[in-house]
Amino acid sequence: MRLRWLAYPYVLWTVVFTVAPLLLVAWFAFTAVQPDGSSAFTLDGFRSIVAGDRVPLDLLGLQEVFGLTVGVPLYVNVFVKSLQIALLSTLACLLFGYPAAYLLARRRARQRGGTDLLLLLFVIPMWMNALLRTYAWLALLEPNGIVNTVLAAVGLPKGQFLYNDFGIGLGMVYNYLPFMVLPIYSVLVKVDRSLVEAAEDLGADRRRVFTRVVLPLSMPGVMSGVNMVFMPAMTTFLIPNLLGGGRYMLIGNVIERQYMIARDWTTASALSIVLLVFVLASMRFMTRYEKGNEGGGVLL
Amino acid sequence: MAEGTRPILELVGVNKSYGDTQVLTDISFPIRSNEFITLLGPSGCGKTTTLRILAGFERPDSGDVLFEGASLLDVPPFKRRLNTVFQRYALFPHLDVFENVAFGLRLRKTPEAEVKARVAAALKTVDLDGYGKRWVDQLSGGQMQRVAIARAIVNGPEILLLDEPLGALDLKMRKEMQIELKDMQKRLGITFVYVTHDQEEALTMSDTVVVMREGVIQQVGSPTDVYNEPRNAFVADFIGESNILPARMEKDFEIAFAGHRFACVDRRRAEADVDVVVRPEDIVLAPPVEGGLNGVVTSVVFKGVHYEMIVECDGTEWMVHSTDQAAEGDRAALVFGPEDIHVMDRSPFSPDAHGILPADLAGRAARASADEGDPDR
Repeated sequence: MRLRWLAYPYVLWTVVFTVAPLLLVAWFAFTAVQPDGSSAFTLDGFRSIVAGDRVPLDLLGLQEVFGLTVGVPLYVNVFVKSLQIALLSTLACLLFGYPAAYLLARRRARQRGGTDLLLLLFVIPMWMNALLRTYAWLALLEPNGIVNTVLAAVGLPKGQFLYNDFGIGLGMVYNYLPFMVLPIYSVLVKVDRSLVEAAEDLGADRRRVFTRVVLPLSMPGVMSGVNMVFMPAMTTFLIPNLLGGGRYMLIGNVIERQYMIARDWTTASALSIVLLVFVLASMRFMTRYEKGNEGGGVLL
Repeated sequence: MAEGTRPILELVGVNKSYGDTQVLTDISFPIRSNEFITLLGPSGCGKTTTLRILAGFERPDSGDVLFEGASLLDVPPFKRRLNTVFQRYALFPHLDVFENVAFGLRLRKTPEAEVKARVAAALKTVDLDGYGKRWVDQLSGGQMQRVAIARAIVNGPEILLLDEPLGALDLKMRKEMQIELKDMQKRLGITFVYVTHDQEEALTMSDTVVVMREGVIQQVGSPTDVYNEPRNAFVADFIGESNILPARMEKDFEIAFAGHRFACVDRRRAEADVDVVVRPEDIVLAPPVEGGLNGVVTSVVFKGVHYEMIVECDGTEWMVHSTDQAAEGDRAALVFGPEDIHVMDRSPFSPDAHGILPADLAGRAARASADEGDPDR
């Protein structure tokens, strides 16, 4: 432990770039600038989250369940909507990502070393700027974009892909899929081949080798994949801004608008704090499930 | 126990290669019910591959594996009535000891009460009562080994395959486990197929030893057979310390080597070129005599139970084990009886005139005993 001083630069880094900004956000959340230019303590930010106009609660695009409409404050509705989209995108990433990670890991096992071209193709998009990639989807999905042109050419009706749940969800799944695939893949390649053989030896067919050994052993990877997709999906403002055409509101771009357009830093910071607490709590909730989280997951 | 009982499992002319490398060549031997059979050889001799073929993890290129007379080749591992104890245990890290052992029973949808009873009994057999709630990573190497054995025997297999199961244990633990395993095998009445590169382990535990080298069986026999009547210089060299020399049969019961004639107990064609092995513990050092096999002691090493001495006679180094110490530089005669001379056929492993074995042969054997627990693929 004589090398403890080596950690000081990192401590400094986290203080300057993590702790200080968080404290600033908290400061703004609990203060408001008075007409005379001074700051005073206030809870208005948090109050405005639960006050505000009441709107019907939007559950998976439905505003009415069995003829019942629940009125909730505007911000709460946006929050719930963001949560739904984030959860659905995470689920979709898991459903697409797990088989992909499984296949990649199997290929890896068969090749024994070397770089897998397929894995490379999965990762290459991550080297490109997310903004560019999302713009590319705009070009594809626009009302007169490439997809609709092709559909029209083969005599199919044009579809509305942008500015709705589908477009946002697609953007999220596309952008965040690698964050699901890679942690699962890296856990799966480490699963000892002899464990699979041991399970076979004890009488497990292929399906049960998977359900009783491979799947449970890959859960740490699944957990960190879920965290790594859920967190940005819950907080993104880039994707709804671009693919939502400025009309689609998730909690991320509501906060962005409060800061950048409405200049209501108190409410924006209060929303950020609530979002942060929520995300941390849900991560905590998920990691608690895991015994011996060894999959390089986000430990909290 | 080995003799007279029916073969339960049999390998018939099994060949296997990986790419251009032939790893098994024409492997055939029977495994009899309730016997403890050991596949013995240096790393890379194909013993683990043979075991994996029995378990169903590898398919031979040609040849057959018969279980009670019927081919096993198209039976997948999970349907074979045998269980494996893996080299590095392969315990499931996401399950506790109880669930590891219960794994096979649960797959067969055994009633819960029976699972509890059988797991408890299996853990008792391996001396691990009360360890059920432990996690695998809280166990020592020896305990993990016992769990691996319990996990296999709880299913009541007819045959247990063990792949260097003691390779990762320290010497004292190995010795204890050797005795326990042998004892367990007798008590449970299960056929054990055991893989090891440790010749002492093989001799201690087995009813039958199959000595392999580079994918070819060199000798199949009881431990006493392979030790006392090695079939060629490789077997003699690999199983225990030995002095191996080229020799020539003069006539029945008379053989010439090291420049002398000796009486022996073998009949062979006269003037046949053969090899002989004389075990170091069979040689007695006596005062030099006229016309005897005289030499000079060049090295004396204390080994605990005995002294290991090198005696040089006419450019040939003889190894002698004795509880009586000689001094370096002493002149002595090597004395051994006719029954101590074991005659073997000539083979590609035959030594030169000074008893030096082919380099790759000696090198391989030395390497095998040096690197313990090396997976032999």
